[in-house]
Amino acid sequence: MSDITKQSLSELAENIKSKKLSSSEVTKAFVERSEKSKELNTYITEDYANALNKSKKFDEKPNLDLKLPGIPIAVKDLFCTRDLRTTAGSKILNNFVPTYESTVTQNIWNEGAILMGKLNCDEFAMGSSNETSFFGNVQNPIDKNLVPGGSSGGSSSAVAAQLTPITIGTDTGGSIRQPASFTGTVGLKPTYGSCSRYGIVAFASSLDQAGPMAQNVKDCALLQEVISTYDEKDSTSIDFKRNEYSKELTKDIKGKKIGIPKEYRVDGMPKEIEDLWKKGIEYAKDCGAEIIDISLPHTNYALPTYYIVAPAEASSNLARYDGVKYGFRAEGENLIDMYEKTRSEGFGAEVQRRIMIGTYVLSSGYYDAYYLKAQKVRKLIKNDFDEAYKKVDAILTPSTPSSAFKIGEKTNDPVSMYLNDIFTVPVNLAGLPGISIPAGHDAKGYPLGLQIIGKAFDEQNILNIAYAMEEKINFKNNITDWWIK
Amino acid sequence: MSIDLKTIKHISKLSRISVDEKKAEKLAGDLNSIFDFIEKLNELKTDNVEPLTSVAETTLKLRSDEVKSKNLRDQVIKNSPKENEDYFVVPKVIE
Repeated sequence: MSDITKQSLSELAENIKSKKLSSSEVTKAFVERSEKSKELNTYITEDYANALNKSKKFDEKPNLDLKLPGIPIAVKDLFCTRDLRTTAGSKILNNFVPTYESTVTQNIWNEGAILMGKLNCDEFAMGSSNETSFFGNVQNPIDKNLVPGGSSGGSSSAVAAQLTPITIGTDTGGSIRQPASFTGTVGLKPTYGSCSRYGIVAFASSLDQAGPMAQNVKDCALLQEVISTYDEKDSTSIDFKRNEYSKELTKDIKGKKIGIPKEYRVDGMPKEIEDLWKKGIEYAKDCGAEIIDISLPHTNYALPTYYIVAPAEASSNLARYDGVKYGFRAEGENLIDMYEKTRSEGFGAEVQRRIMIGTYVLSSGYYDAYYLKAQKVRKLIKNDFDEAYKKVDAILTPSTPSSAFKIGEKTNDPVSMYLNDIFTVPVNLAGLPGISIPAGHDAKGYPLGLQIIGKAFDEQNILNIAYAMEEKINFKNNITDWWIK
Repeated sequence: MSIDLKTIKHISKLSRISVDEKKAEKLAGDLNSIFDFIEKLNELKTDNVEPLTSVAETTLKLRSDEVKSKNLRDQVIKNSPKENEDYFVVPKVIE
């Protein structure tokens, strides 16, 4: 079967279960395609030989009752994987080999999946284009020299290019949904507390969530079902009744009330995004949903709030990288000098910038003016959503204010880079689930995404809406394999 | 509001990241444009708003205070940058 890598996760799992395909055949196909795709620079660490061995072992004694039977999967390099290097895209963790496994990846292996390697990402997940990675830019398979989005850029590129049937990313301010939107793929950021943060390299702990990135909504639902578990090793993990998302998936969304927030019509929004949104509203109506205008009055304050809260938490989380216990160390004349040189040489420019912002807003004399202020505005943003959800079941918005841009186009202006996350950041601040689905193309033929935001713990509902709309939209990704010689 | 080089040096000391003059100037420029953007929050009156410290509206679970992992010393030491047997090694601190 030459078209193995073109199959969706659900098809592959079905074909392995019915013994039409073996895990070895599937793993070999994805490894071969990954090897031919080095130009995309999606992988930081490849683990192909081990993956092939594990697939052979699986075939010798296959457990076909598992949800991901012998399926090869590459994951974002922010998840700690036992005995396989985990870098977070940073020089400071270049040589770090975890002695433990993240809960989310463990859940995936428990269902029979096989690790293929670790995927590129922005350094410590701080970026919107994958350009802050110590391991270089990632190419978007849609077009040459186009960013794949970020921070889960290696993940989005690998799924779109069919180097892995599915993957997991992390999302602190849009890092799953924006790259999904840029590559014509589906990405879900679950409710805060749905997926354990144990073993994920921390960026901003009150915002970070892991989630699936997939070729379609059904695959996304299946992986969410696997990764979302209550975990006592994460004190913010929430013990709620989780659905069997893929089994309960339905296209019947008749009568669902979908809100359209007027504040998301931002100044200078390109017409093609406005048009995409209008089309999305029509698709939702075609599915039987009821459209209701709503207001989220503090939307414009979400990004400034985020750029206080996230760097503040990051500066605290990243204090652990001191060159003493693990990771890169630069020698110094004394202990303090060693710390300062290690962190100056070990962190890239964007990470240093954010640590500086975070340190400043938490420092004596500025805490009330910045950090406390931001926490109060965060409350107002969450109140907006609480108020809206008295009237609607879900909210429909564009995923991003533009399509993917060229490598290098926004690197000199941090604020213009930050604006990429204008539609995704409020969702993290309020701890809600959000999914991006591909919904159309711009004039250049680049994909554009729509975002569906749900109530807390209501992943099933937004997956259902996405599933129904996906059929109406009937999106086709235009990938020409330009990078394969 | 303006962040000057003196402030940059101060933050750099607090964050244990060394900066030279050139880097300090670049950082001052970047931080000023970011803080110009952040200042937008001052448009909002928030005197009577409770700060949001956690979106997860649950209370922390209690657990019994038991050791669950075995002796992990070797695993913990394994990634240490300096070769050593039982300890993390750092430059001499006490004369």
